[in-house]
Amino acid sequence: MRGLEVRDLQVRFGSTAAVEHVDLRVPEHVVTVILGPSGCGKSTLLRAIAGLEPIAGGSVRFDDVDQSGTPVHRRGFGLMFQDAQLFEHMDVAENVAYGLRRHGWPADRRTPRVAELLELVGLAGFGPRRPGTLSGGERQRVALARALAPEPRLLLLDEPLSALDLALRVRLAGELREILTATGTTTVFVTHDHEEAFTVADHVAVMRGGAIVQHGTPREVWAAPRDVDTARFLGYASVLGGTTARVLTDAFPALGRSDAVALRRDSLRADGGPLGATVARVAPGLAEQRLAVTLSDGAEVPAVAPNTPPLDVGDAVGLSLVPGTAALIGGASA
Amino acid sequence: MALVPLLFLAVFFVWPVLTMIGRGLIVDGALDLSGFGEVFASARIRRVIWLTVAQAVVATGVSTALGLPLAFVAYRLRFPGRAVLRALAVMPFVMPTVVVGIAFRTLLAPGGALGGLGLDGTWTAIIAALVFFNISVVVRTVGVAWEGLDPRAGEVAASLGASPWQVLRTVTLPALAPAIVSAASVVFLFCATAFGVVLTMGGLRYGTIETEIYLQTVQFLDLRAAAVLSILQMVVVVSMLWVVSRTRGQDTGQRRGHRSGAAARPGAGHAAALVVTAAVVAFICAPILSLVTRSLRNQGGWTLEHYRNLSGSGEHNALLVTVWEAAANSLRIALVATILATALGLLVAITVGRPDRTARARRLRSAFDAAFMLPLGVSAVTVGFGFLITLNRPPLDLRTSPWLVPIAQATVALPLVVRTLVPVLRSIDDRLRQSAAVLGAGRARTFLTVDVPVLWRPLLAAAGFAMAVSLGEFGATSFLARDDNPTLPVVIYRLIGRPGTENAGMAMAGGVVLATMTVVLMGLVERLRVRGVGGF
Repeated sequence: MRGLEVRDLQVRFGSTAAVEHVDLRVPEHVVTVILGPSGCGKSTLLRAIAGLEPIAGGSVRFDDVDQSGTPVHRRGFGLMFQDAQLFEHMDVAENVAYGLRRHGWPADRRTPRVAELLELVGLAGFGPRRPGTLSGGERQRVALARALAPEPRLLLLDEPLSALDLALRVRLAGELREILTATGTTTVFVTHDHEEAFTVADHVAVMRGGAIVQHGTPREVWAAPRDVDTARFLGYASVLGGTTARVLTDAFPALGRSDAVALRRDSLRADGGPLGATVARVAPGLAEQRLAVTLSDGAEVPAVAPNTPPLDVGDAVGLSLVPGTAALIGGASA
Repeated sequence: MALVPLLFLAVFFVWPVLTMIGRGLIVDGALDLSGFGEVFASARIRRVIWLTVAQAVVATGVSTALGLPLAFVAYRLRFPGRAVLRALAVMPFVMPTVVVGIAFRTLLAPGGALGGLGLDGTWTAIIAALVFFNISVVVRTVGVAWEGLDPRAGEVAASLGASPWQVLRTVTLPALAPAIVSAASVVFLFCATAFGVVLTMGGLRYGTIETEIYLQTVQFLDLRAAAVLSILQMVVVVSMLWVVSRTRGQDTGQRRGHRSGAAARPGAGHAAALVVTAAVVAFICAPILSLVTRSLRNQGGWTLEHYRNLSGSGEHNALLVTVWEAAANSLRIALVATILATALGLLVAITVGRPDRTARARRLRSAFDAAFMLPLGVSAVTVGFGFLITLNRPPLDLRTSPWLVPIAQATVALPLVVRTLVPVLRSIDDRLRQSAAVLGAGRARTFLTVDVPVLWRPLLAAAGFAMAVSLGEFGATSFLARDDNPTLPVVIYRLIGRPGTENAGMAMAGGVVLATMTVVLMGLVERLRVRGVGGF
């Protein structure tokens, strides 16, 4: 196949397995996000693909060619880390031109290419700046321009936005998605942030304990997390099982039937819906009140309510389910 | 608190040195600079200056070229025996100059293992001995920087198409440049002011500025020429230190690594570095092994005779005391010097290691820092002779005082203590101290809670290092130690200068004893696992 194909990949550190029997396919022009908690082996997987970690078994193939005998610098895979790793002794333009020089681009073609990439990442005119004078976000943009400059066959991004503050992260994730789509770059993007994954990914692979536990499009994965841990990791605020799941599926037949239901913080809305509950705690928010409510079986679940009227502890409320925000573990979704 | 070390430096370093210089330049109460013209007009002196610079440049170049691969292997690769290699790499630096001198001679002299090369007493041999010493400085300084370098910058470069060689050339070496420049400058400094090695190995044939200062003062009694040479040397040293501090100032953030355990297993790609390392290890071990072997041989057989002779005073009574007495003297003097240097160094480090709140404070601090580096490069001979002519009358008459030699040695060891402690104190996040203060700790309590737990190991390491250096100190001590109260290096030098195979054998045995003392000390220091002892 065209693109990246990882088969049965294993990486060991001494006697511990960091990556166990991982299969991963990233077709040409597709952005695949590997989403997992820290220590799950996702960065190691990325490094193994790049050729930076020796593999204990399996294979990394690209365009049907096994890469195991190819050293890092001949693979043509771009790489970008959480902290930009800019070459501090070079200015921004030299950083971006670094890969072009290594690939033998003549000087008269390098200059326009560098300008084009700085333009692409929104840093036109930054060429003569020293890395030390840049902000965190600017450094990541330079690192991205540098990685993209030699037109890598595959771009590997290791938590590229994690070192930035929240607002910048959200904005850059959107821009990154646009840039990767515009350049048609085949990408593996590693992150622990589920919102970032949702924004950037064509395809998501959830990784835990060195193995990929679930994969699919973002919608597929979010609609039906494979198990409770996956659901929590995908940002579901609570996962309800047993009688509580029954209470919910009885009140909202559209949800379907399952032993476990995952709810987001704003899945239940106190707007006079069919499910009766009692307010246990209430906190004011900017747009709506955030509640913890007690259901008929005594379980406490999160909910939201419009800002008016103000609710008090002990008030009875009727809950409705916001469509598309709850998921059935291991099943179909509402 | 900063005043105590400043006063010490002023009285026991600046004053003697300035007096020594003043003796040369002030004639009948008026400044007379004609000495410069006369000195530089002398063909002999011009040759000495040229030899000193050439020797220092060559030795610095070779030390750096050989030290870099060793730094890589010792600090970036993971293999059994790495700790031994690191210890071995730092050992030469604390080897007493006199011991290294005779060790090389036993190797290169006719009858030595490499006697056939005809290198004994040549310029090449002196260069080899200087390299032997100074590889440590390069390995330690660059190695520690290399260990802290984030490998991911190199990985990014590789992903952009750089071969391992290109990564080294375009990313790694530029990132290490401050450390390399720093190490090379210090090596240059040491080579340019080398005394004991040159004296023992080249006699006075290949004189350096330092041995020339010695000659001019002791033999020709031409203080003016000596003063001019001292000034010349100081100008070189101060400009060198200035360059070093400038490169330090430009230090980028790239060295702070986040990944630990980044060391790789040795592979085929490291063959060149491994071969150089093996050669350097052989080069470091050869003179030492040669010295040990020769100290155990006499008239073709194995014997402990030379060691037994150490309880005597040498053939034809070459010495006034036995060698063992001199060894005991050395230990006693070094202990006092160590206590002095460590206490003063701690005070300096505490002053210098505090974070600065203003630009003025930062400038003041760098000046203070640089002042305590000065004794590193100023001629030990100048210091020694300066002591003799300043501390010989009230209010400070120390000529017969048992404090004289320890004080001189402490001046020499002080910069090394400061160099070890300052980075440690700077690495402490000041917010820890602020947190302690907010929780009600006074200044002393804050120091005990925050600084001491981090500091005590480096402090011990610095003390051990200072003691090793004091034990081997030769330049200043040779001036100040009295014949009835000499140190071991002085006794060894005297023994090689006297005729008789028994004396030569005793010099070698004494050298082994002295080397063993410093190696054991450095072994203990190594066990403390403090980063950067012996680095600059």
